[in-house]
Amino acid sequence: MTHALPHGRATATPENAVIRKASTHINQNEGVIFEHSRPGRVGYKLPALDVEAAPIDSMIDPKLRRDDDLAGLPEVSEVDVIRHYTRISTWNYAVDYGMYPLGSCTMKYNPKLNERVARLEGFAASHPYTPDDLAQGNLELILELEEALAEITGLAAVSLQPAAGAQGEMTGLMVIRKCLESRGDARKIVLIPDSAHGTNPASAAISGYQVQTIKSSGNGAIDLENLRQVVNENVAALMLTNPSTLGMFEENIVEVCRIMHGAGGLVYMDGANMNALVGVTRPGDMGVDVIHLNLHKTFSTPHGGGGPGAGPIAVTKELESFLPFPRVVEESNDERQRVLRLNYDRPQSIGRVRAFHGNFSVLVRALCYILSLGPDGLREATESAVLNANYIAHHLKDDYEIAFDGKPMHEVILNDKRQQKSGVHTLDIAKRLIDYGFHPMTIYFPLVVPGAMMIEPTESEGREELDLFVDAMRSIAREAEENPELVKSAPHNTRIGRLDEAGAARKPVLRWKPAKAS
Amino acid sequence: MRYIPNSTQEREAMLREMGRQSIAELFRGIPDQLQLNRPLNLPAALSETEALSFFRDLAERNTTRHTGERMVSFLGAGAYDHFIPTIIDTLISRAEFYTSYTPYQPEISQGTLAAIFEFQTMICELTGMDVSNASLYDGSTATAEAVLMAERVTRRSKVALAANLHPEYRQVVDTYVRNAGITEQTIITCAETGTVLPEAILNLGSDIAAVIVQSPNFFGGVEDLQKLAEAAHKIGALFVVVVAEGLSLGLLQAPGKAGADIVCGEAQSFGIPLSFGGSYCGFFATTEKLLRQIPGRLVGQASDSEGRSGFTLTLATREQHIRREKATSNICTNQGLYALMATIYLSTLGRRGVREVAEQNLQKAHYAAQRIAALDGYQLCFTAPFFNEFVISCPKPAQEVLDELTDKKIIGGLALERFFPEMKNEVLVCVTETTTKEEIDALVEALK
Repeated sequence: MTHALPHGRATATPENAVIRKASTHINQNEGVIFEHSRPGRVGYKLPALDVEAAPIDSMIDPKLRRDDDLAGLPEVSEVDVIRHYTRISTWNYAVDYGMYPLGSCTMKYNPKLNERVARLEGFAASHPYTPDDLAQGNLELILELEEALAEITGLAAVSLQPAAGAQGEMTGLMVIRKCLESRGDARKIVLIPDSAHGTNPASAAISGYQVQTIKSSGNGAIDLENLRQVVNENVAALMLTNPSTLGMFEENIVEVCRIMHGAGGLVYMDGANMNALVGVTRPGDMGVDVIHLNLHKTFSTPHGGGGPGAGPIAVTKELESFLPFPRVVEESNDERQRVLRLNYDRPQSIGRVRAFHGNFSVLVRALCYILSLGPDGLREATESAVLNANYIAHHLKDDYEIAFDGKPMHEVILNDKRQQKSGVHTLDIAKRLIDYGFHPMTIYFPLVVPGAMMIEPTESEGREELDLFVDAMRSIAREAEENPELVKSAPHNTRIGRLDEAGAARKPVLRWKPAKAS
Repeated sequence: MRYIPNSTQEREAMLREMGRQSIAELFRGIPDQLQLNRPLNLPAALSETEALSFFRDLAERNTTRHTGERMVSFLGAGAYDHFIPTIIDTLISRAEFYTSYTPYQPEISQGTLAAIFEFQTMICELTGMDVSNASLYDGSTATAEAVLMAERVTRRSKVALAANLHPEYRQVVDTYVRNAGITEQTIITCAETGTVLPEAILNLGSDIAAVIVQSPNFFGGVEDLQKLAEAAHKIGALFVVVVAEGLSLGLLQAPGKAGADIVCGEAQSFGIPLSFGGSYCGFFATTEKLLRQIPGRLVGQASDSEGRSGFTLTLATREQHIRREKATSNICTNQGLYALMATIYLSTLGRRGVREVAEQNLQKAHYAAQRIAALDGYQLCFTAPFFNEFVISCPKPAQEVLDELTDKKIIGGLALERFFPEMKNEVLVCVTETTTKEEIDALVEALK
């Protein structure tokens, strides 16, 4: 049946279910841009060529040139382009539509001022090889952000070069390796808890380390006894996430660091969950040696449908000389004025991990966020994020099993044990949530929690949005008992249903091709 | 704080509802000794007005065509100043694109997925390859990923990189391979042409995983890819072509047609602002045969139970979230929004525009090269054909020449000595469609 609602029209829902946040809506159909192509359509205009044109053959031999006349690119007008991408954009959910509770992803609001300042011409049109004297604004910005992140993490030095979290991990591990090499022993093994993000072991492998997985204890913490047993003179580092991917603070972090340091190893902290800690506690004070930060999580820069991000690392004083080059340094010029320079002379550096200076446009946004919040705002954001997650946990604990007893911080993990009795699984709950107007939570991660549903509301949600989410989740729990088929066949109100992903992987179609004339 | 909806009163009400006394209670999991009992030592929060003026001041301290000292620039070297259609920013400013996450839930991410599918198609068309991934961080890391992939495919641990590969790309490869058990060899280039000769590849021996050549190379020269591919294949190596200036593909032979096994590089030229070197957009394309070893995400077509067609991330079993330490790469977040920018650029310019822009680059760069080479004491350093960049040998140290030019409000190019110590008098000059004849003439005049 349909359900009359105060706002908008009702959608297909079972008895009792009230979908308040969303209703159905005209949904534009649209092919790929290539299907709009018509010979002779044009979407651009260049200034006329103002130098005398020489015959192209005299400049580049025809055999070095393409002979397909770029036939595979479309011919479309500006209007065609605008309509096409606007239409397909409406098929996406977005933070600006509402809560995007992906656990571990920190889908917070992306401030519009950040977008504006990143587009200022002095940044956007600045060439990476601009002489230092003519790029003082950029270098100042890099230095300011490095200093701010050093203060936030409680560590001595920061490199902004890594392009994303995974590259930050790799960079951090390479720094650790270089440091240990300089002590005369690079060692072979990196310890990683079984609850870690997949990028952790992948980054360790790319840094030349063997991965030894360690089991986390019942509530997802590092098992100290186990750690004491496995750590030895072959272990280079422990890579841990704090709060853990189970959303809980590593209570024994100081002891963990002491054990590692005592055995001559270092501690790498995955900073994916820093949104629970900023302004409240600092990794450097815990004894951590290296941390990466995801500016596209904690520091509000947009995810962009999968990047760009930025994954700066912060390190202790001892590790500073191993950071990627170049580094911004302060000098004084002939007139004794302070000038900033890029210093490439870093003999101990691990080298470069990316050309130029990292994802600079992301760095501009992150600094704007930090300066807009200030110390009080940063702490307030952390507190609100943790409050919101606890609020959700409080209101869902009667309908879902909470995966771990403990003190959840900025995210809460549920499982599907109760719903499984009626054949409804985590995937089904996630898909049904879409019908209620929400993006699903992170599912089946961390791997150590069977049927995990990881919910991270962030500080960007007001109480009424949290209540809508709680209502939706409760309603789905009811549906799971009363009408499980409805949940198992969700989503119902999207333009497509669940896709046959196995089929897609068996016979991959990875590009568009024109239909063959029959 | 305006980005946080709940007021203090609302937060207190929520706490009460949960039976909690204070926010501090929620942080009891953090041991007392670790609690930072002071505000962070950062400047107090700025208002929107103050923040805007702070960033405006910083931006004004950078010299571009319209800010700072206001100079014309002839810098290229892997980052190119091209015309950017207005509608790119209009479209990527749609919240549905820039405030969404990686499209793991296809039912509500079809916009992003469709755009990536188009990106993959366009990269295949431009490079002449069968498959393209959904993007990598940038051209330099794409090159490093190509090296790692070649080792996986061939089970050989030695790679050969052309001496005229972008030096920063080479530095990134150096970092990536150092701990991967891969050794590098440099392929020498011809002193006269500045390009790689097939003989240099044939002399490498038979244990090379990949031959990595950039075209146009770092000095702007166009490589004869067909001949080099034949040589690389003769020694049993994969042939990897790096393209740092994507727009050259508007004119030059698709590397896939010349026999490349992997084509990777930088898509910055397709509508992405210079932004002091990032964010940019790496691309990576290969053959059907090597598909299962490709790094990064892939979008494929799929259908639902009612036969409706859509797109989804596919072949994820190569990736870190499934394979962990055995993944083809550690990459997770890539450059999604910037792949979209490139896709919109390639649609807007389209078949004719990409070619027209490429031809304008070619014409203007040749005009500039000819005029500079006609000056006393100046000459073109290499004889190979070039696209929009070329090396000029100056009658005195290049840095001196460039310093004199900046006094005349011209950034004349890149002094090559920083990367090639023997090239003291050499400058790499780039001319694109955004440079006017007047500006070129002013450079020539200033060099006199």
